[in-house]
Amino acid sequence: MTPTHNGSVRRSAGLPLPFKGIGRALLRALIVILCVTVAVFFLIRIVPGDPAKMVLGEYGTPEALAAMRHTLGLDLSLWEQFLRFARTLLTQGDTGGSIVSGVSSRQLIAERAPVTLLLIALSCVLAVLISLVLAGIAATNKDRLPDHLIRIFPAITLGMPVFWVGLLLILLFGVRLHWFPVGGVGKGWTGMLYSLALPAVTVAFSQIPTLVRSLRAQMLEVLESDFVVTLRASGIPGSVILFKHVLRNAALPTLMLFGVNLSYLIGGTLVVEQVFGIRGIGSLLFTSISKRDFPVIQGIALYCAVAVVVIGLLIEISARWLDPRTKEKP
Amino acid sequence: MNMNSVTPEPAGGADNAAWTAGPIAGGRSGFRRAARIPSLVAGSLMLLLIAALALLIPWLSPYDPTTQDLASFLQAPSGSHWLGTDQLGRDLLTRLIYAARTDLAIMVLAEIVPFCTGILLGMLAGYYGGWINTVVSLLTDTFIAFPFYLIVIIVAFASGAGAQGIYITFILVGWIVFARVSRGLTASLRQREWVASAQTLGLPGYRILLGHLLPNILPQAIVVLMTDMVGVLVAIVTLGYLGIGIAPPTPDWGTMIADGQSFMTTAWWLSAVPGFAVVYMGIALSLLGDGLADLWRRTS
Repeated sequence: MTPTHNGSVRRSAGLPLPFKGIGRALLRALIVILCVTVAVFFLIRIVPGDPAKMVLGEYGTPEALAAMRHTLGLDLSLWEQFLRFARTLLTQGDTGGSIVSGVSSRQLIAERAPVTLLLIALSCVLAVLISLVLAGIAATNKDRLPDHLIRIFPAITLGMPVFWVGLLLILLFGVRLHWFPVGGVGKGWTGMLYSLALPAVTVAFSQIPTLVRSLRAQMLEVLESDFVVTLRASGIPGSVILFKHVLRNAALPTLMLFGVNLSYLIGGTLVVEQVFGIRGIGSLLFTSISKRDFPVIQGIALYCAVAVVVIGLLIEISARWLDPRTKEKP
Repeated sequence: MNMNSVTPEPAGGADNAAWTAGPIAGGRSGFRRAARIPSLVAGSLMLLLIAALALLIPWLSPYDPTTQDLASFLQAPSGSHWLGTDQLGRDLLTRLIYAARTDLAIMVLAEIVPFCTGILLGMLAGYYGGWINTVVSLLTDTFIAFPFYLIVIIVAFASGAGAQGIYITFILVGWIVFARVSRGLTASLRQREWVASAQTLGLPGYRILLGHLLPNILPQAIVVLMTDMVGVLVAIVTLGYLGIGIAPPTPDWGTMIADGQSFMTTAWWLSAVPGFAVVYMGIALSLLGDGLADLWRRTS
């Protein structure tokens, strides 16, 4: 089997830990969140030279530089800095106020989060629906033309930058056909969903190849299993078997794969927001980067990483709960 | 002391049969075998073509990739400019191929360190287990928690835009894929009899790792490298598009797409064409990866 670039190889590395089952998963998530926090703290330290100089540019006076070092906490020892960072994080759930506006990073992120979360949710739904249809077509037409066409798909989409796919969709459905707006977010629920349709398809597009590949394999495995052969022999129509039995069995592995790919999906969403001019977390990230607003950048990194760990944990727990077989595995 | 006589070539078990052969089938027979795998041939030819174009472009094109010619800006494709010109009157095809030089060189260079460190860390973790394994697992889990593009964007920005930022980014995050592959393979190969016999004979760990396990891991790592390079290329292009990658006027597919975005209604090909170049590379490298996997599976 050819390994995929963002496919099944990304399964958890299996940290050696005490406990079994859910307790162990919880402990691992906690340790990873701790490491993530330390990594986010050191983020500001990989800047070559003086971060304060990077914020103020070449023209900062020595006094302004000293003041900025104080604001960023760089005049303290590394240990004191970390204590301060951890204290703010634990007491306020925050990574500090924005250097530009003074508003807390948590608040800035919370203001932008809804549209990003909606976009992520929409693209998840779209990715699953489209993948189910494609995988169903491929699996039921195994080794015939539709199957071959769908299987070539991943090789072609592998090299497609997600922002470029977005631009092509804007060009085709926005500029040429005028079916969808070319950017921005509409008002009200319908307007919002309508304007998020193209961005959601764009983000979903990057997930479809991996999902189709996995779903197709799962469906084929079930389709060729003994119980389906028996069902078919007893005269139950193929479509009923596919939806009732095959789908049910393919759902769990797909959910797990989704958990693994979630961090790709979030990253892609941030970039796609930039293409479509959506004022979500992605655009907050780029504004903060252009203003060198370190606390906000750290906040975005921390919240996204913690979200990925927590959702991964929830998926793992629900998988154990849904499928008794996974309980036996170490 | 000749150790080769006492440590036989690993026997291919059912689970890992594809990857237990020697790393690269050499000689004439190897070449003939390779020539019979269509995906390998097609992928290699596609890569050779783009490499030849990138190397020979100064002699192939009458245009310079950075000299502006404002009198002939935004021209549609024609006999003198096969793909038209951009907003500064530069020949699009010439810039496209010069950009291949920049982007492909950075893509290859950016993968060297992560490829080596990833394999090394993975092998150490898989072979020795214990605290090395714990540390490597913890690092992997931590880096994986960050959305890929989020960490790439932040690190590239923080370490200074341009090629240097891209190298630092992938030194930090690129090794994980290879560490996972080599860790898993090492852990499974370690169970084999020939490793146990090598240990019994008192062969030091580094000789077992480098002399006997590494040749068995390299083929699959190289196959993974092929698809991973596409990911690196897409990341380079994305950073260029976002303005934190290769800085203008150096031609780069990402900045070309970003520049063309303002002229989507009048000259759509300015943004579309550089994207197809990335897609071309994606197809070429995944064909090559599939072909190599096929070749090594057949050799075993």
